[in-house]
Amino acid sequence: MNLLNTILLTASISLMYSAPLIFTALGGVITQRAGVDNIGLEGMMAFGACGAAILCHFSGSPWIGLVVGALFGATLALLHAFVAVTAKGSQIISGIAINFIGLGLGVFLTRFLFDGAAQSNSTINQNLPKVLELIGIDKSKSRLLESSEIDLTVIFAFLFAVLFWFVLYKTKTGLRVRACGEHPGAADTLGINVTRIRYICTILSGVMAGLGGAVTALTISYRFTPTVISGQGFIALAAVIFGNWKPIGATLACLLFGFAQALTVVMAGIPWLPTQILAMLPYALTLLILVIFVERSTPPKALGQPYFKGQA
Amino acid sequence: MRHFLIRALKKPFTAVLVAILIGFLVGAVTLAVGGYDPGRGYGLLVTGIFSSTRRTMQVLVNAVPIIMTGLAVSFAVRTGMFNIGADGQFILGQVTGAVIGYYVPLPPILHPIFILLCAFAIGGLYAAFAAFLKNRFGIHEVISTIMLNWIAYYFMNFVVNMKSVKVPGSQHSPEILDTAKITFFSREFRTTAEGEALIARQPWLESLIRTDAGYAILVMIAVTLLLWVVLKYTRIGFELRAVGYNYYAAEFAAMPVKRNALLSMFISGGTAALGGAMLVMSTSYFISMLGATEGYGWDGISVALIAGSHPIGCVFAGLLYSGLKLGGTEIQSRMGAPTEIINIMIGVLVLCIAFAPALPRLAERLERKE
Repeated sequence: MNLLNTILLTASISLMYSAPLIFTALGGVITQRAGVDNIGLEGMMAFGACGAAILCHFSGSPWIGLVVGALFGATLALLHAFVAVTAKGSQIISGIAINFIGLGLGVFLTRFLFDGAAQSNSTINQNLPKVLELIGIDKSKSRLLESSEIDLTVIFAFLFAVLFWFVLYKTKTGLRVRACGEHPGAADTLGINVTRIRYICTILSGVMAGLGGAVTALTISYRFTPTVISGQGFIALAAVIFGNWKPIGATLACLLFGFAQALTVVMAGIPWLPTQILAMLPYALTLLILVIFVERSTPPKALGQPYFKGQA
Repeated sequence: MRHFLIRALKKPFTAVLVAILIGFLVGAVTLAVGGYDPGRGYGLLVTGIFSSTRRTMQVLVNAVPIIMTGLAVSFAVRTGMFNIGADGQFILGQVTGAVIGYYVPLPPILHPIFILLCAFAIGGLYAAFAAFLKNRFGIHEVISTIMLNWIAYYFMNFVVNMKSVKVPGSQHSPEILDTAKITFFSREFRTTAEGEALIARQPWLESLIRTDAGYAILVMIAVTLLLWVVLKYTRIGFELRAVGYNYYAAEFAAMPVKRNALLSMFISGGTAALGGAMLVMSTSYFISMLGATEGYGWDGISVALIAGSHPIGCVFAGLLYSGLKLGGTEIQSRMGAPTEIINIMIGVLVLCIAFAPALPRLAERLERKE
């Protein structure tokens, strides 16, 4: 009984931590498949988390928070798209800049709206619906389920994963997106508007990273703080590679990273295991997984290269 | 006029100037949107830096760590490696400084030198590990060094939190021994009658006595010159740069590209760690439990990008960055405007630098029109 409880608890915490990673990693998949690198996901998540926490606090609705988080992420992504696609500048440098700007603007806004405090007020009372509630299960009656709970956003994350897989592999649009990432020159010859597709995909990655940040702020930390996004954007990027640039693969990778984070929570009570060592686990695991899997994955051929019209 | 414009656009320095200008402009707009007077803000920024020689010296003192991480990132970039892990390497330098500074009693001059050597080796090996992962497994250094950053950060908290290390009732490690400190004058000296008398007699010494100015500044200058000479005038520097320009050409020319990647990351990581060790030896004297990284490595990335990855440029970029940050605290304390305004400015500035490759293309287009 006790063991089963622990397992269920671990599973629900894993899902909680996986959801933001899945949203963000899907964004990473779509932009990289179109050929645009985006290491600014971290900053977009932070800015999205800020937008969601602030708007949820002031409007009282977590749904508005989610939408605004996505919009905040999209705004930064538009900036990145302009540098990467139109100006054909350095995508890596732009990504780093976005990370600075996202966190900087986020904390600036928070200090401005919350009397100089670097964190927003708690939104713990403005919850997104929980899955068990929705399907009418009363948790308090079951000793088995009392400590586990799943946010609706977890379900959204999986739905998005399936949607992205479908669009990318089963539709004409998806084929075009992949063509832009593999051989933009050939795509252009066939009349595909490379610039437009890359813009849309980059902005979409911002929407997804913004959602990821929003989910973090609304379902895990219940507020925005300068450290609410601490490397998740980069872990999501690692999940993209581990998942071999495929939506379902990246989702599974995120589940594993979420599990690693859940372990640091569940195992926190063990006396001989210092919390700081436990906290290294997700990052060390990311490295280990990359060591094992990176050679088996192939990035899109034109990833990170700006496209000049007329280039072969 | 047009010729001048075309010539200017082709110079890399123009991009930096334009970027700095736009950074300030966006900063002003953000301040104005927030309801603060940008003119007054920038006024405070300037007086915050130049109102006294002591403040200006403080800018230099604060600049040393970020110049060191800037140098680290620059050196790696020149050799084709993007070392985002300067933060983790810097942190390991801090840990080395704090641990050896307290636990290994050594005579005065030898003590700091021993710490610097150890820090360089440890930070260097940590960074070289990322190069190894790239050589052996093809893991991009941007992702591996980020993960190593977090591991180093938690490692520092782990070390501070150890029962044998943490000072009871505090959240930090014990203060390093006096032999390991490298400021010109000790902190106690500032308040003694002797110190006051010396300042009265020699007013120019005030900025050195009342700040943490010390030998770290000289080490920083020496490292800058050394890295510049190595890159520019030595065979190994040529090989490293060749890999940075064109990996495959260098490989074809039978240069040991993989070994060079290891070497370049080793030097880069070592440089960042020197910065961390020197911060402990001249300013903080111990390491503390932190809720988030202090971000010296991240500042170094901006510094390197602003400097166009030139070692000498890093010194100026570091001073600019450090000045902005010190001025930013002034804006916050006197005007109530969030100090993050500086982060936004720097972010915009770096974003503009990402545009840099577009400028020469713009020049070409203008030329063709003629």
